[in-house]
Amino acid sequence: MTDEATPIPDYPFAQPHVLEPPQEWAENRAKCPVAHVRMPSGDVVGLLTGYDEVRTLLADPRFSRNLAREGGARLSNTEDGGMFSRRNPGATDIQEGPGHQRWRRLLSRAFTVKKMEAWRQRIQGMADELVDAMMAGGSPADLRTALALPLPVQVICALLGAPSEDQEKFAYWSEVALTLTKYTQEEVDTAQQAFLDYASDLVEQKRAHPGDDLLSELTLISDSEDGRLSHDELVSTARGLLLAGHETTSNMILKMTALLLAERERYEAVVADPELIRGTVEESLRMDPLAGVGIPRFITEDTEVGGVPVGAGSNLLVNMAAANRDARKFPEPDRFDPLRENNSQHVTFGAGPHFCVGQTLARVELQVVLGTFARRLPGLRLRDKPEELRPRDGVAAGGLQELWVTW
Amino acid sequence: MKITVDQEACCGSGLCVLRADQVFDQREEDGVVMLLEEAPSPEDFEEVRAAAAGCPTGAIRLAE
Repeated sequence: MTDEATPIPDYPFAQPHVLEPPQEWAENRAKCPVAHVRMPSGDVVGLLTGYDEVRTLLADPRFSRNLAREGGARLSNTEDGGMFSRRNPGATDIQEGPGHQRWRRLLSRAFTVKKMEAWRQRIQGMADELVDAMMAGGSPADLRTALALPLPVQVICALLGAPSEDQEKFAYWSEVALTLTKYTQEEVDTAQQAFLDYASDLVEQKRAHPGDDLLSELTLISDSEDGRLSHDELVSTARGLLLAGHETTSNMILKMTALLLAERERYEAVVADPELIRGTVEESLRMDPLAGVGIPRFITEDTEVGGVPVGAGSNLLVNMAAANRDARKFPEPDRFDPLRENNSQHVTFGAGPHFCVGQTLARVELQVVLGTFARRLPGLRLRDKPEELRPRDGVAAGGLQELWVTW
Repeated sequence: MKITVDQEACCGSGLCVLRADQVFDQREEDGVVMLLEEAPSPEDFEEVRAAAAGCPTGAIRLAE
């Protein structure tokens, strides 16, 4: 009865403008710990917007990441249901549970705090070169082409030992992989195959000519056939790192810059006091207004979330950006405060065993970018009004299409 | 204060190292947490509590 009276809202929700979150986040958080929403596929999922609920769900192994199953919700309007429902040969065993832990530990050692800090100087050099070129080209510039895309691509390619000239290819394949409504099934299939072939060729090159890089190291491990990493898992990992290593960071560089320049006193504070870089990066990650749809989970046994019963076989969608504005965790959540005591406890990188493996690298990249801007471009400004910025619609990862800046 | 860490639950995020590298480190071979100080000195209490609260997998336990 209530269902008929109250139609299920379409998701993702519309935003007042790109830097303002949808009002439904706060409404749902206050009234409805599990709110039913309809995805572009037509499937209905329960949306979580509270900090505690989101953290609990992401950390609980009874909530499965595997949606390529009977009853698993499809998010996208493509026939395959989108990236979370797509079957990925070679990644089945490493998706969750003990197989995931085995795989995760192979990767974690390449992304430790010490290793990432050792990369900081090199990343600084890359950022300086890109800013040199941007400044030489003159104001205005599109920050996506000048820095936000090439920097993370150069970094992940250097780490993996891959050529970075192919950045527009990676960017396209990744965006297609993340489609909600923007691309057709045919485009998805073609891009998936091309990306997989590319990763497979790269692995063969590493096998023939090993170097001092992560992919060569993983290829050696895979070739030892000791059960730590199969060949298909290796190729799938290479592709996953190329995608995850640039897509989110590139996206976040634009969103952080937009958030700071739209309320320019945030940026001026960093220019005046570089000690604020760390806190400003954390607060930008916490207040990300274009964070995409979130992460789905399939519920394998009856349970409850925030006091609401959730049955086995249902699907929940975690919105991390909404959880990051939960006043129970972050008082005055819509206020940007680089000195907020707990601002690094946002769930932008997830929680639990699948917590983003590359988050230390992402943080170092964002800190380097903000520090470089503050030092070299104190007059940096948005060319357009915040309400004119164009979101990247139809893609699960969200973000901005471009960001024109002047200086 | 006495700290215990659950290396099985640890996901190797290194967030605790960023908070308090005098107390926590990561194993070279898999990034898993290593405890450098079981009983930290009082000036580290605040950072250790923040590290425990911020751990993505709740792998840091404190007895105070």
